[in-house]
Amino acid sequence: MSFLRVSWLVFRKDLTVEVRSFEILATSIFFAVSAVLFFAVAFVQEGRALDGAAPGILWIAVAFAGTLALGRTFERERQAETLQALLLAPADRPAIYVGKLLGIVTLLVTTEVVLLPLIAYLFQAPLFARAGWLAAVLLAGTVGYCAVGTLFAAMLVRVRSRDVLLPVLLYPITIPVIIAGVRATSVLLEPELDVAMIRFWLSLMAAYDVVFITLALWSFEPLMTE
Amino acid sequence: MSKWFFPASVACALMFAVSPILIANAPFESTMGLVQKISYYHMPSAWIFLIAAVVCGVASVRYLFGGGARHDRVAWAAAELVVLFGAMALVTGPLWARKAWGVWWQWDVRLTASLMGWMVAVAYILVRKYGGPGSDKLGAGLALFGMANVPFVYVSVNYWRTIHPKTTVVPTLPLSMGIPFWFSFAAFLLLFILLLRMRVRLEEQRAELDAVYLSLE
Repeated sequence: MSFLRVSWLVFRKDLTVEVRSFEILATSIFFAVSAVLFFAVAFVQEGRALDGAAPGILWIAVAFAGTLALGRTFERERQAETLQALLLAPADRPAIYVGKLLGIVTLLVTTEVVLLPLIAYLFQAPLFARAGWLAAVLLAGTVGYCAVGTLFAAMLVRVRSRDVLLPVLLYPITIPVIIAGVRATSVLLEPELDVAMIRFWLSLMAAYDVVFITLALWSFEPLMTE
Repeated sequence: MSKWFFPASVACALMFAVSPILIANAPFESTMGLVQKISYYHMPSAWIFLIAAVVCGVASVRYLFGGGARHDRVAWAAAELVVLFGAMALVTGPLWARKAWGVWWQWDVRLTASLMGWMVAVAYILVRKYGGPGSDKLGAGLALFGMANVPFVYVSVNYWRTIHPKTTVVPTLPLSMGIPFWFSFAAFLLLFILLLRMRVRLEEQRAELDAVYLSLE
């Protein structure tokens, strides 16, 4: 089977399992929305939001929901003991990684679609004024975040304190991507669009995306071998 | 311990005793004056921080792709030194920045990437200490990302707008400043090698002790 075909099948399998129960999507969205509501209570006073709070809150909610979704995706495989089967399949290991990555990116992008109008409304942020740019920024950031997250969540399945260790591993590595995402989103909220700045942060995120995915594809095989 | 270890330690101690004298006698930099002298320790510690991250990453790669436990021990030792020398660089940097830029910290690309590299090393130690079985490979995967960050830290000042001095500063140092700089760098490098050797030896002895226990049971 070709690389892309395996990735597609793994992705479709994850999607089918998810659509049957909506377990991860429902819990991640609920978690992200409650986080945003907490922030709204803290940072919106007398109907006025704190300046520049919206981008930070958007990305924090995405990062937290992402951690939750990443942990659950692989926890599900572990409980059903299907990860072993997946790894035993005569398929390229990196292809399995890509399939998993696509599934998690899809989940997070769906969560973001729910979060955006909520944050735009609660924090009076014109998030949809430059929707095209925002989509590019969110996608670049989400891919970078999930590229690292998928690798480590997969490895952590076998480790004792996996719930604690996922953020410990994931956050230091993905700080630059999250910072770039926050900065790029704040640039988009300015009244005047600074295209050079957006390009700068997008290129930074793209650079990290490429490095992260390359490293993950390269190390997934030896890391997943017992 | 190997034969060279003791004389090398004495040499290293002497170098660290002499380096402040050389730094004190170096001329003042025209715009920044006295505060620029921090860089004689800041740059070497930052370089060793990056070198240690590369050592840790290379050892981890070799361990991952079939190398023995020896590589894993080097990786662990190097990760601890990343934390140590990274802390030196991250403390001396803001001391200088407070005077030169007027702020302690700036979220520019190089500073952010350096902090990230340092936190990856801290995470590495946390994983190795508390991860339990299987954490050796997990740590190796983490070290890989830490190493990938190194060239990023190094070239970031040349590609992105930033207020951190560029990499062209060191090759263009006048001799009067270059001598104390390279002398401190040699001292830091020697210190790094000595600490690495010592830490790896500690792990080797631990492994031997474990083997002895196992054979007794």
